[in-house]
Formats: sequence, C-alpha cells, structure tokens
Amino acid sequence: MLLLILKRIGLGLITLFIVSLITFVGVEVLPGDACTTYLEREAYGSALDACIKRLGLDVPAYERYLDWASNVVRGDFGYSLSGEMPINEVLGPRVKNSLVLASVSILIGIPLAIVLGIITALWRDKLPDIMISTITIFSMTIPEFISATLLILIVAIWLGWLPGIVIIPSDATFYELLSNIILPVVAISMIMTAHMARMVRSSVIQVMASDYVQMAILKGVPYWKMVFRHVLPNALLPAINVVALTIAWLLGGVVVTEVVFNYPGLGRLVIESISNRDLPVVQALAIILASIYVGINLIADLMTLMLNPRLKSLQIRK
Amino acid sequence: MESNLITEDKQKNKLEKAFEILKTMASKPSGLIGLTIVLFHVVLALISPYIAPYDYKAISPNTMLLAPSAEHWFGTDSLGRDVFTRTILGGRTALTVTFFGSLIALLWGGLLGIFCGLVGGKIDDVVMRVVDAFLSIPWILAMLLIVSLLGTSTEVLIPALGFFYGKGIVRVARAATHDVIAKDFIVSARARGHSNMSIIWNEIIPNVRDAILVEGAMRWSWMLLGFSSLSFLGFGVSPPTPDWGLMISNARGLMSFAYWSVIAPIVGLSSLIIGINLTADAFAKALGIDRSTKAPV
Repeated sequence: MLLLILKRIGLGLITLFIVSLITFVGVEVLPGDACTTYLEREAYGSALDACIKRLGLDVPAYERYLDWASNVVRGDFGYSLSGEMPINEVLGPRVKNSLVLASVSILIGIPLAIVLGIITALWRDKLPDIMISTITIFSMTIPEFISATLLILIVAIWLGWLPGIVIIPSDATFYELLSNIILPVVAISMIMTAHMARMVRSSVIQVMASDYVQMAILKGVPYWKMVFRHVLPNALLPAINVVALTIAWLLGGVVVTEVVFNYPGLGRLVIESISNRDLPVVQALAIILASIYVGINLIADLMTLMLNPRLKSLQIRK
Repeated sequence: MESNLITEDKQKNKLEKAFEILKTMASKPSGLIGLTIVLFHVVLALISPYIAPYDYKAISPNTMLLAPSAEHWFGTDSLGRDVFTRTILGGRTALTVTFFGSLIALLWGGLLGIFCGLVGGKIDDVVMRVVDAFLSIPWILAMLLIVSLLGTSTEVLIPALGFFYGKGIVRVARAATHDVIAKDFIVSARARGHSNMSIIWNEIIPNVRDAILVEGAMRWSWMLLGFSSLSFLGFGVSPPTPDWGLMISNARGLMSFAYWSVIAPIVGLSSLIIGINLTADAFAKALGIDRSTKAPV
C-alpha cells in the first residue's frame, strides 16, 4: 500500500520533470532567446548585453536549466521580464483569484452534478433524463467562450441583472471578488457540471445493471434503500477519477472564461505573458498548471485507493 | 480474372458495410440530426465561395453595423463587412483546418500507439511517460506556446493542432492494440514468420481501426473547440480571414447594440460542434464502442 502510494508520487514527479524539460527545451530551441524576443528592435549593443547578463543567458543551457530547476524546487521562479518584479509577486494574487473562482465553481458544481447524474440515471430515458441530458449535452459541447459571451449578452446586457465584465484590481479582497464572480462561476460550473453529471449517470446505470443490485432487488430491499446503500457508494467511486480529470481539463476552459470576463486570474496571466513574450512567466505558469494537473490526479488516485478495499491489496497498473 | 473478382467483391462489401453503418447511425433521431447538421455544414463549406453575396474583406464606412435587412441578411460588422458572407465562409475555414488537423492526429497518434502496443517493454514505457507529460500540460497553454513561437499561419496551426490532439489517440490505439495482441491470429502470424510491419498492416490495423476512428471523430470536435478558442483569444488565424472565433471576439465588444454580428458565428460554431458530437456518438454506437465512461482528456 505504502509502496503503491510512493510509486504514484514518484511517477507524478517524473511527469513534472518531463514537463519542465519540455517547456525549457521548447523555449530554448526556438529562434531568438528571451532577450531578443523581449527587446525586439532594441536587441543590440549594451542593452542586449545587459539583458543577457541579467538573465544569465551567457552560461550553457544545461547549467541554466539546473539552476532554474533548483530554484523552482525551492519555490523561486526568478524575475519576470516586462514588470521586472519577482514572478512570485506577480503570481501570488493571481493564484488567489483563480483559486476563489475555481473552488466556488467546484463547490457548486460537484454536488449539483451528483444530484443531476443520479436523477438522470434513475429516470433513464424518461422525461427528466431527456430534458437534463439535452441541456448537459448542449452545455458541454458549446465552447466556453460562446456560453460566456451568451451569458453576458442575455443576463448582463438584455436583462441587466449583473455586471457583464469584472472590473476589479488583481489584489481585490475576497468580498470584492465574491460579488463579481457570479457570471464567471456560472459559466465555468455549467460545463463542469455537465461533464460530471454524464459520468455519474453512466456510472450509476452500470452499477444498477450489476448482479448484486439485481440480488438486492430480488431479496426485497426497498428501492431507495437499495439506491443509497448498494448503488451510490459503488457508482460514485469510479466517478472520483473522472471528476479529477474534468477539473484538470477545465484549467484550459478557465483561461478562456477569465479572458471573456476580464477576470484577473492565472488564466488571463497566461494570455498576457504570452502576448508580452514574457518567457520566464510562461515557464513558471506551465510548471504550476502542470503541477495542479498532476496533483489533482494524484489525489484522485489516492482517494480511490483509500476508498476501495479491493484495490488495497492489488497492484493495478493504469 | 479471379483475383479481380475477389477485390471487386471486397470493395463492394466495404461500401455496403459503410452504408450499413450510416444507416444504423441515422436510425436514431440524435444520429440523424447530427449527420444532417454535419452534411449541411460540409456542403455549405464546399459551395460557400460561389454563393457568398459579398467580398468577405470588403471594408466600407457606409455600411457599418447595419441591422439585418434584405441586402445584408445577418447585418454588417463594425468594419462594414457582410456578416452572412463571413459566417458561411467561416465554416470553410473551420472545417478545412480541423479536417486536415484530425487527419494528421489520426495518422501519427494511431501509428505510434499501435507501435507502442506491439513492441511493449522499455520503449513503450518511455513513450507513454512522455505522452503523459504532454497530457498534463493544459491544452491551451501548449497550443498558445506553439502558436506564439511559430506563428499563426494555417501551415503552422494545422500540424500543431494535429500533433497536440494526436497524443490522446496514442493512448486509445495502444490500449486497442493490447487487446488484440494476445489473440491467436497474431501468434500464428508470428509463427508464420511475418515481419512486424506486415503484422501491423494486415492483422492489427483492421482490428483496431474502429476504436481509433471513433476516437478521431471525437477529437475532431475538440479540435474545432480548441481552434476556435485560439482564434477567439487572438492566437488563431489572422484577420481578415473569415473565422467564427475571430468574428465573435471582434463583435463581442459591440454586442450591446449590434448583437447580430455575434449571434451568427455563435450559431454556426455551436451547431457544427453539436453536429460533430452527435455524429461521433452515433458512429461509436453503430460500431459498438462505448465511450460514455471516458473522461474528456
């Protein structure tokens, strides 16, 4: 058991190592370096030399990678090019804002998805299922930027209920954030809920068809007791992994949503730093986002392991 | 003569089989709707340059932000361009880019996956680790990196999309190959002394083709989503190319009083994505592959 957990953590770390290599090499092999892309036309003479010195570009690439990696492990991402401030200071408020947005969406999305998934599975192919399933298919297939734009058009412009665009500084307080994030939260949790509800639905349907549920029905267990005691615990377990993947997948959707709503989070920073060619920040973001992804998957794996007694004794290769 | 007959027969069988699959797909309302939408978009994309009433890049200060009328069915945008023209041409852009992108994704993802599943061992381990690592970079960041460093022409976008969306196919192809590889006919082909290439071509591909094609159909809709998101963010095709993502992003700021120029591309893009999704689902069901429990990676 302990060995299995350690192995999973080890695999996650290897993945992160490869990600760091990919981003570093990717930035490295491309024409020009951080200095020439940043300075553009002024990339000559003393300005270029100073920039190269400042960023330490005059040492070989592998030394720079080792240097950078060891700093990242200690939590220091170096300096951003455009703002010339430590990346940690740039990231801090953005991480907080995105966390607020994501956690509110998740807190609303997961319970809603479970309820919707169970309803659609129990009333399979009946009216509630057909209605809810149609809505979930629509909201999960339509791109985030379209649903977000439509939300702004309908709720903010035509109905005038809520502000359409978030106008807050990136260091806004928690309460300032909360009043501004209703529409972004709806946009994000809509898609997330749709994805998860469909997973829960198919999982519940699968379990309902299994032998032990048939057995329970045959021996006369009351319907709702059967649902809560026999079906749900077994159906929700495999859904954990899927939920984790959905959350991780949504990192991309969050980027788009943040841009549409002008929300000062990590996602908008991704776009800003790439537009500004601020490569150190891009590298830092790649590592952070990949760590979130690996971390969420790891937690989901471990939770499934803890909760499923059968897997404890088994070495299952994914 | 005889061998000719056999190949002809085979071809007829293939056509018949394809027709059968189409019929099964269309037998359910969702599949029929999906097929109709996709067919509509494909036909429109093919004929749009000939039926477009205006020049898609003709800018005119006299026709700025006109409401829909008999001359301009969907109104005009902030530069006075006809929204109807740009909307029907936008489908052409989206379908061209994602069709060739999906083709590239299917090819490299499928072949690499089959290869990994077949050889196994150390090579397989290493390749799968790298694929996992690529999977753990959020798609949007990876795409933005590629595009911002290599440029936003279609010659860059198509291979970049193809490369990026192919890595999921690697996994599916590998898993499908694993299922096949232990079967008797592979063992007997090996015993007959067939080479790896011959086994891949004659034994494995016919057996894993369905799984890979279904995955490819699904990837197609995700690729369309990714491509239009990139355009929306300003990292896709460059103006004045008629493209839905770009149109929505340009018209968004003015939608409080000129909503028509944002609605038309939204309807176009949403309907195509939903159509592809329904078609892919029906396709999977017609081939007997259940992908309802798969995660959206």
